[in-house]
Amino acid sequence: MEAYFDNSATTRCCEGAVEIMVRALSEDYGNPSSLHGKGLEGENYIKEARHKIAKTMKIKEAELIFTSGGTESNNLAILGAAMANRRSGMHLVTTCVEHPAVSAPLKFLEEQGFSVTRLSVDQDGIISLDKLKEAITPETILVSIMYVNNEIGAVEPVAEAARIIKEKNPQTLFHVDAIQAYGKYIIYPGKLGIDMMSVSGHKIHGPKGSGFLYVREKTKLKPIIYGGGQQKNMRSGTENVPAIAGLGQAAGEAYENFEKKQEHLRQLKNAFIKGIADEEWAHFNGRTGADSAPHIVSLSVDGVRSEVLLHALEEQHIYVSAGSACSSNKPAVSATLQAIGVKRQYLDATVRISFCKDNTLEEVEYCVKKLKELVPMLQKYIRH
Amino acid sequence: MFKAFLIKYGEIGIKGKNRHLFEDALVQQIKYALKSVEGEFVTSKEQGRIYVEALTEFDYDEVMEHLQCVFGIVGICPVVITEDEGFDKLAEDVISYLDKRYPDKHKTFKVNARRARKNYPMSSMEINAALGEKILQAFSEMKVDVHEPQILVNVEIRGRINIYSEVIPGPGGMPVGTNGKGMLLLSGGIDSPVAGYMIAKRGVKIDAVYFHAPPYTSERAKQKVIDLAKLVAKYAGPVYLKVVNFTDIQMYIYEQCPHEELTIIMRRYMMRIAEHFAAETGSLGLITGESIGQVASQTMQSLAATNEVCTMPVYRPLIGFDKQEIIAVSERIGTYETSILPYEDCCTIFVAKHPVTKPSLKIIRRSEMRLKEKIDEMVKTAVETAETIIVESE
Repeated sequence: MEAYFDNSATTRCCEGAVEIMVRALSEDYGNPSSLHGKGLEGENYIKEARHKIAKTMKIKEAELIFTSGGTESNNLAILGAAMANRRSGMHLVTTCVEHPAVSAPLKFLEEQGFSVTRLSVDQDGIISLDKLKEAITPETILVSIMYVNNEIGAVEPVAEAARIIKEKNPQTLFHVDAIQAYGKYIIYPGKLGIDMMSVSGHKIHGPKGSGFLYVREKTKLKPIIYGGGQQKNMRSGTENVPAIAGLGQAAGEAYENFEKKQEHLRQLKNAFIKGIADEEWAHFNGRTGADSAPHIVSLSVDGVRSEVLLHALEEQHIYVSAGSACSSNKPAVSATLQAIGVKRQYLDATVRISFCKDNTLEEVEYCVKKLKELVPMLQKYIRH
Repeated sequence: MFKAFLIKYGEIGIKGKNRHLFEDALVQQIKYALKSVEGEFVTSKEQGRIYVEALTEFDYDEVMEHLQCVFGIVGICPVVITEDEGFDKLAEDVISYLDKRYPDKHKTFKVNARRARKNYPMSSMEINAALGEKILQAFSEMKVDVHEPQILVNVEIRGRINIYSEVIPGPGGMPVGTNGKGMLLLSGGIDSPVAGYMIAKRGVKIDAVYFHAPPYTSERAKQKVIDLAKLVAKYAGPVYLKVVNFTDIQMYIYEQCPHEELTIIMRRYMMRIAEHFAAETGSLGLITGESIGQVASQTMQSLAATNEVCTMPVYRPLIGFDKQEIIAVSERIGTYETSILPYEDCCTIFVAKHPVTKPSLKIIRRSEMRLKEKIDEMVKTAVETAETIIVESE
């Protein structure tokens, strides 16, 4: 049996997306900027994708900017907002558990003279709304908070955060990195008071190299890529029509039978947790109940290094991730795990299990069984 | 402007009656190095000279880069080869060569003619003088300097005539294959590829063995070793890489022996297995990247302890190198970037906090006695199940 439990790293592209992409690559390959019919065909794919995506969030079609993925969306939101609003203030607020695609551009801005407040989190990875309120000043131009944490599945109180931010300083923009949340939660950014929201295509069964940034209309934002003026000057470069079409299809499908899928994910997660909760070696990071993301589990294991456990599971065709996949190539210690006070010995002994709608209960049971076999075996070889 | 290269070699010129063997090996190695270069080349041996001539268009820098990886080459001279059609034609060719090669003529020069063909009507001295005069007439900006010329115009009169003024240094050493074969213990680190490079430089063909410990070491770690072998193959020719699954042996040692002796005992088994393969495939010695005192397992005592299990000579070309010196070579030969990729290798994963630094042979041997029940069978399995990968340079 094979069990792919690394869906927070990336997902398998859904068939609907593959199909529409093949068409956009091989038949309707026109450049949307071309005036002839072939160009129009290309443009229609984008319109269609815009329409499908806008519907999932109840936003206007014009409020979407297509990007090359989550990282670019976050960069555009943060750098673009900072550049456009620097005259109103030089202060930015974020959390200390953000993905590097948020924390790194903020660090860059810090080097350019902006000041950044990083909110700490509790042991579950959740920010304090009081501290958020304190942090916002008349100088604050942007707050960036993630919806679902990519490493431990913590769900931040973004709706309350939005209210607090706007009460304290109506001029402050609110950006949400929803890369691990979109498709798992119904999010209406307009109603919530979110000004910008980043989404990545390949986390929701769309293609890699696709993504979008929701930008509430009239939000002051500067582009970070300059050129031919596509997408109303906000993101120059010939639109990646196949990727956008695939993304639109995947987004649409993500919200079909939504309740059923969410419940299925929750079932998988509960079964996994229940399966190993009694093992002495198992420690879950963050919350595990209905107030946590339905698809992410962070598990620390006594005395087994994550890389070793990962490869041992791999031999059983079970694929998980060590900490966060995006930083697993370097043995860097996870900032999120440190921020929630994970004990030192668990920092490099933590794996992330992340489910998708296509996983089955049998796969979860298989994984639980293998973990129970492997961990005691691997523990014999603890480094002393 | 160049269609040919004159290859200069050093030491192999003085190898007496074996000289032709060395020259043939060098021709073979040059051919191998140029196989992956775009274009068609003929490599030939003529009167104590090796020539690489291009039959098609080629990328000068690419050819140079590949030739600079061939051991035995001391210098590479981009050369213009002309037929002997009298002195006037020769002078014309030399002038046209200088004109194209040196757009800025504000240079000093000296002509250095040599005659391998003594029936040429002028002596070397006469050619020097006459050509010098012609050059001065053609380019008034140029000046003669016989002591430290900026341009040394070499004119070699052989069957044909070679004109060149640049000698680009080669890597030196001896052509690979002229000094037998050695078995390199290749880890994923910085040192072992450098050790392989240095021994290959003395004309030794390289085979390699890598100890893989899944799941403690990942597929990426194995791929990294293959990538390193590829880089070594750029200098040493195709590398036959044995990948040994070492997990069971490692775990067994871990279970049976004191943990602070683990690395030493593990390395003794690595040496034994490497020597087995070496004997089987005709290698004449083992090669390691050890350097005295670098880590606990490389103190004089530890080296003695690992050395004890070998009957073959163990070549340790880095033995007196500091880490910085090793890194410098590794950067120069292009293995450093790959070596520092952060994947666990089997030496780091089981390391005890305080490994022995002065192991006593007596104690190590006694510890190894605890393995006697299963170890022979395990070594046999490891040898039998080893995978062989033929790694070619890219």
